[in-house]
Amino acid sequence: MRRRFTVASAMVGALALMTLAGCTTDPNVGAPTDEAAPSEEAVEWFDQELFDKQDAERDVIPAGPEGQPWLQHINAEMVDTSEFTSPGAKKACFANASISNPWRQTGWITMNEQLKVLQESGAISEMETRDAQDSDDTQIADIDYFINEGNCDVFLISPNSTAAMTPAVERACDTGKPVVVFDRGVQTDCPVTFIHPIGGFAWGIDTAEFLIDELEEGDKVVALRILAGVDVLEQRWAGAEKLFDEAGIEAVDYFTGADPAEIKKIISDELAKGDVDGIWMDAGDGAVAAIEAFEDAGADYPVMTGEDEMSFLRKWKETGLTGLAPVYSNFQWRTPLIAAQKIFAGEEVPKEWVLPQSPITAEEVDEYLALNENMPDGHYAKFGGEDLPGYPQVWEDRIIP
Amino acid sequence: MSTVAPARRARRRQLDSSVIVGIALVAVIVVGAILVSTVGRNFFSPGNIRDILTGMSVLGFVAIGQTLVVLCASLDLSVPYVISLASLIGADLMAGNPANIPFAVLVVLVVAGAIGLANGLIVTKLKVNGFIATLGTGLIIKGYLDTNYKGTSGEVPYEFQLIGATGIGPVPVSTIIMLAVALLAAFFLARTRTGHHMFAVGGSDQVSRLSGLRTARPVIIAHVLCSISAALAGLLLASRLGVGSPTVGTQGGYDLLSIAAVVLGGTLLMGGRGSIWGTIGGVAIFAVMDSVMSVMQVNPFLKDVVRGVVIVAAVAIYTSRTVERRRPRFGPGGSVSEAGSKPIGDLAATKEGAVR
Amino acid sequence: MTTVSQAPPTTGDRLAAFARNLISPRGAVFLLLVVLLIAITVYNPSFAEPSQFIRFVQRVAPIAIVAIGQYFVIVGGEFDLSMGSLVTAQVVIAGNLIGQDDAKSIPVLLLMLVFGAFIGLINGLIVTFLKVPSFIVTLGMMLALLGGVLYWTGGAATGNPADSFREIGRGGIRDLPIIEILPWSVVVLVVVLVLAIWFSRRPFGRMIVAVGDNATTAAYGGARIWWVKSSAFIISSLSATVAGVLLVGYAGVHPSVGRGYEFIAITAVVLGGVVLGGGRGWVVAAAAGAFALEALFTLLNFAGVPSTYRDAVQGAIIILAVAYAATTFRARRKGHALEAPATHASPDAPPTSPEASQTSPEANQTSPAPRAKEPDATASARPAPIPSTQRADNETKGGL
Repeated sequence: MRRRFTVASAMVGALALMTLAGCTTDPNVGAPTDEAAPSEEAVEWFDQELFDKQDAERDVIPAGPEGQPWLQHINAEMVDTSEFTSPGAKKACFANASISNPWRQTGWITMNEQLKVLQESGAISEMETRDAQDSDDTQIADIDYFINEGNCDVFLISPNSTAAMTPAVERACDTGKPVVVFDRGVQTDCPVTFIHPIGGFAWGIDTAEFLIDELEEGDKVVALRILAGVDVLEQRWAGAEKLFDEAGIEAVDYFTGADPAEIKKIISDELAKGDVDGIWMDAGDGAVAAIEAFEDAGADYPVMTGEDEMSFLRKWKETGLTGLAPVYSNFQWRTPLIAAQKIFAGEEVPKEWVLPQSPITAEEVDEYLALNENMPDGHYAKFGGEDLPGYPQVWEDRIIP
Repeated sequence: MSTVAPARRARRRQLDSSVIVGIALVAVIVVGAILVSTVGRNFFSPGNIRDILTGMSVLGFVAIGQTLVVLCASLDLSVPYVISLASLIGADLMAGNPANIPFAVLVVLVVAGAIGLANGLIVTKLKVNGFIATLGTGLIIKGYLDTNYKGTSGEVPYEFQLIGATGIGPVPVSTIIMLAVALLAAFFLARTRTGHHMFAVGGSDQVSRLSGLRTARPVIIAHVLCSISAALAGLLLASRLGVGSPTVGTQGGYDLLSIAAVVLGGTLLMGGRGSIWGTIGGVAIFAVMDSVMSVMQVNPFLKDVVRGVVIVAAVAIYTSRTVERRRPRFGPGGSVSEAGSKPIGDLAATKEGAVR
Repeated sequence: MTTVSQAPPTTGDRLAAFARNLISPRGAVFLLLVVLLIAITVYNPSFAEPSQFIRFVQRVAPIAIVAIGQYFVIVGGEFDLSMGSLVTAQVVIAGNLIGQDDAKSIPVLLLMLVFGAFIGLINGLIVTFLKVPSFIVTLGMMLALLGGVLYWTGGAATGNPADSFREIGRGGIRDLPIIEILPWSVVVLVVVLVLAIWFSRRPFGRMIVAVGDNATTAAYGGARIWWVKSSAFIISSLSATVAGVLLVGYAGVHPSVGRGYEFIAITAVVLGGVVLGGGRGWVVAAAAGAFALEALFTLLNFAGVPSTYRDAVQGAIIILAVAYAATTFRARRKGHALEAPATHASPDAPPTSPEASQTSPEANQTSPAPRAKEPDATASARPAPIPSTQRADNETKGGL
């Protein structure tokens, strides 16, 4: 055993040393301890600068064509793309993180309908997709495969996680072909454009301000969060938590894995402990279970923020509770392919393409319910595909390519 | 492996074991190559081979360790969390500075070894079934990870990233290291006393004890080595990701996949018989399958269906062969004294297995 | 369950036996459960109110039912990892096929039961005839079922089924004194538990234990191994189906309902003192294991333990509980040196012994072929189960 242990470690060590030879970075880090304490920044998700930026962006009237939010942008710094100008239909390669939740599935359907439009117009010849099934390692391999074998003209990447995907995205950039990143970002500015809605802090501000307005100081809010460690989700809570603290709202947060059974248990337990006045969610699936927990316990409906998922909108309407549906704009799934088309046409695109993101309020809920009448519960009201060819059948039947 | 195989029957069986996995692998490759060519791609292109080999390396490390544990009739379900922990400790200690690499690697291996030791002691001394023991330690590590890490952490220096990112021709460095570790593990099983004891204890704990073995030792060592090889997988992932990640182990589903790969490779889940090279074959089958499905752009949900069916079907082919294969060992009609002959048979198998 | 004493015991004897039972591995889970419930009440006195407590039972019902199903598989020497996926599949089937149409409730319910039994049968047949370890079979089934259901529904299930169907998991008999409401889930749980106890006392139920203890002897005793094991898988799949029906009512339709239930069920069963590898256990203790596990989660919640620590506490407790059971068993089993504590699934016996692998499918060797369903014949031809259950009992009584 000892032999294998030492040989194995020696091998890794030797390899490391081999690559290390010739490196001249000065060693400026003290002897680390055994149990590495995580750095503060790793645990703390709140970022005042980003918070302020997103807070301001909420009030900006976006530039771009009216009624087509997926083409609009906020405070954009346009970049020249003439170096990529090239005629003919191009092949897009899409490294997708996963389609493991209803939001991503809805977006994925929309993206494929957008693809059909661009194929017909002759801008895009085909899109090859590799799905990483929520695994960083797989997505890195996917991107490397595209670089080596894909014959890609443009890389579309929806990163599974921010920091881990950075080296692979940089390798894609090194090919000299345009790279478009959307949804979660990466820690490099090498992509031609990074497409995303305003962001998690804006969500947090929208929702927290709504709850603070509707509740009194000292009231209790239960926050239901899907999972830890995903920046777009963490920022939602980081923003909201800060505002709750400042307003004297008592907020407790739980991770639910989006499992409605878990959500119901949590709310039941909280109701057994005492009154719950507000429910805050970082994503809408499972919202119905939370509302039902109040019904089952015979408690008054809380003030609640969910998401623009149909199940929540329907339950909201049915119960008549005081609610808000924050939106993490699902129509952003249309934008990457359109961006690719613009890049090859030599049109300017925003370096950071911030899409509008505005919640659905009580006044608007009827309108969105009517628009999406036959859509399944896992559908997202602001999916933005009403002018695409397959509408509405493809979304109603939820045909996943 | 070319080792001493005194009995002719042993040699034939030895051939059987690797040949079946090999044939399955070749079959998967042939089918895969045909399928890939239908969509106008070349299965044997460098990029594709690189993709497959990369897919093999991480699971390969985990499965090598898992093979040792399964041989001892235990299981290790804590590997995903060990992987995540290893990637985080490694990346944090390296902190972007290449000078820290040896130290970080050493600490990671020591921590992993300690976890493996705990697993082994719980299994052998507290007599907790390996399934529950490692499920429990896995949950404990998960609690530690969730409490102390929120999101990715640390920074892997460029030099260490090269392990995950470079290759010799189409063969990634990581795969070469993985195969070297496999070679060491196979050597360990074939040539060391502890390796032989693993087969014996896995075959029959009772008989081993009655034969004078200290039966706890091989099990503990297997668990330690399994955690260490999971840690190597974690380090490799850190090198590929450039950071440590608290979810990277669970993302890959390495616990159940590694066990499936081990069984696919012909190792008996109840222990006592199996080989490292079979496991590598099993891992390769998974990697080829995944790669082909990715090239074919199979719906991700359907991928899981295919994986599930292939795992069962492949093992079914193997087990049906195994049952026939084992018959002669008892001689004609030898089963009347089954109770008596079984342990002997197992011990015999032990020796033959050990030769592998 | 098998606490049968030779002489009519006095009250003192009974009390002493009861106390010994409590600290025995089998009784430990009840002790743990009581301690946990008391601790919860300390943190949150309202928990002890009957109306609150019955809600707790309602919540545990699906987990307890899944644990009861898993018990039969584990005691028969196998694993069922496909339960969680099957729960999800059933939830999604209910959501998609029933919709808002009350009239479809019964036909779809029947369909779900048939589907559940079918999955169990497939698991069982592959395990017994193709000799694939159940760990692998049910792992494959887990992947295939979940993937298949998600593929079918495009990832997002359509809506909640009709309220009348959801009533089973969500509603109950209202306006009762003391407990206010008697949830249907509690009724279902009681029915399932009674059925399980009845079944495990039947010859066939004992046969499952016998097969789990030693498949070869059981085969010589006339058990049709394939049918016994397949039945265990069918029972576990049916229990997952029932749990799915309850969950679709309790929680609604979502692809993450049922996630992880296989491990929760196995943990609960093991907490209940059931030995992995088969041959020993008590179904009531398995159900109690589910209650103890859920009570533990509730306690951690009321005690304000950060959610991130909960997994760690759970991990530590299951290790300790099983270590306690295993070491006390071992202490009592000195003198049974050749009887190894069964540490792994499916004893090597049937595959290794050509004779056994021949007999079990054909089952003609002992010519009058005592079939499993004939209580009298099997009772005499079944040497293994009685000693093994009896033995466990004696140890429980005489050990400490």
